[in-house]
Amino acid sequence: MEISPDAWIIYEWQGWQLTATVAFTWLVMAILVVVSALITSRLSEGETVSRWQVMLEVIVTTIRDQIDEVGAENPGRYLPFIGTLFLFIATANLLTVVPGYQPPTGSLSTTAALAICVLIAVPLFSVARRGLGGYLKTYISPTPFMLPFNLISELSRTLALAVRLYGNVMSGTVIVGILISIAPFFFPIVMQLLGLLTGLIQAYIFAILAMVYIASASRTHPAHSGDEDENDPETDTANTKGD
Amino acid sequence: MDPSLWIAAISILTAGLTIAIGSIGPALAEGRAAAQALQAIAQQPDASSTITRTLFVSLAMIESTAIYCFVVSMILIFANPFTDLASQAAGG
Repeated sequence: MEISPDAWIIYEWQGWQLTATVAFTWLVMAILVVVSALITSRLSEGETVSRWQVMLEVIVTTIRDQIDEVGAENPGRYLPFIGTLFLFIATANLLTVVPGYQPPTGSLSTTAALAICVLIAVPLFSVARRGLGGYLKTYISPTPFMLPFNLISELSRTLALAVRLYGNVMSGTVIVGILISIAPFFFPIVMQLLGLLTGLIQAYIFAILAMVYIASASRTHPAHSGDEDENDPETDTANTKGD
Repeated sequence: MDPSLWIAAISILTAGLTIAIGSIGPALAEGRAAAQALQAIAQQPDASSTITRTLFVSLAMIESTAIYCFVVSMILIFANPFTDLASQAAGG
């Protein structure tokens, strides 16, 4: 049994192999780009608004509200990055309803790439918000003794992001594959429905966790960032660094 | 017994143990987290959106330990690196 779309080679030309992961990533990218380009080329502010524009507005404002609730001061700043992460993972996971499609997020390469994007984005947003010194100061807060633990947490949470998304999507594929061989008709469909739900929740969680990591590194008032603030659930979420 | 057979037998046993033990802890923890969240929503229905979001994020974090165990057991069964090593040692 194949547990990764990496092993499925669609096309081969002079030693270059096009795996299913790359091909389906391109498919998802093409769908996202073409749909957004088609919708945003005909935006209107008048009386009649097309239904596609309403759909896009709902998606964008919902992501914006979610970013705002995590505790970022300026949601518009993070909207492109977080929104792209969410839309890409959600589309990649939801397209499993199409027969013959293998989600590219079921490959550790894709999820590791996404997690490395988050790893790089955290210092970029933080330096842009607080300056280089302010960012480096997050590593020695609350005390310089925490420096190695902060460094480890930075790496381990990246690994956790990658393996969590990969494991969830891959487990859905593997369970459906096993069930097809032992109970072919009904149960694989139920498990695929469950896989759609899991895929959407994982996309949400990946985006929210990326936002939480960015928000916790780019907070301007780190003075009381500790266990003292029980009253504020937003801050508590934002302080959950690694796991 | 052949060494590759030994490796296969121990891998399967370990994969079963990994997923069995590794799912107990997250199952208990997720049940506890969900129960606490339901209690909190019952006490404060106004804060239900915040509680639900925090619950989802924490459930994902709890679940990730079970997912790690699942990934390890899948590697042991389908992509075990030591079966190749044993076949190379036997062949060459």
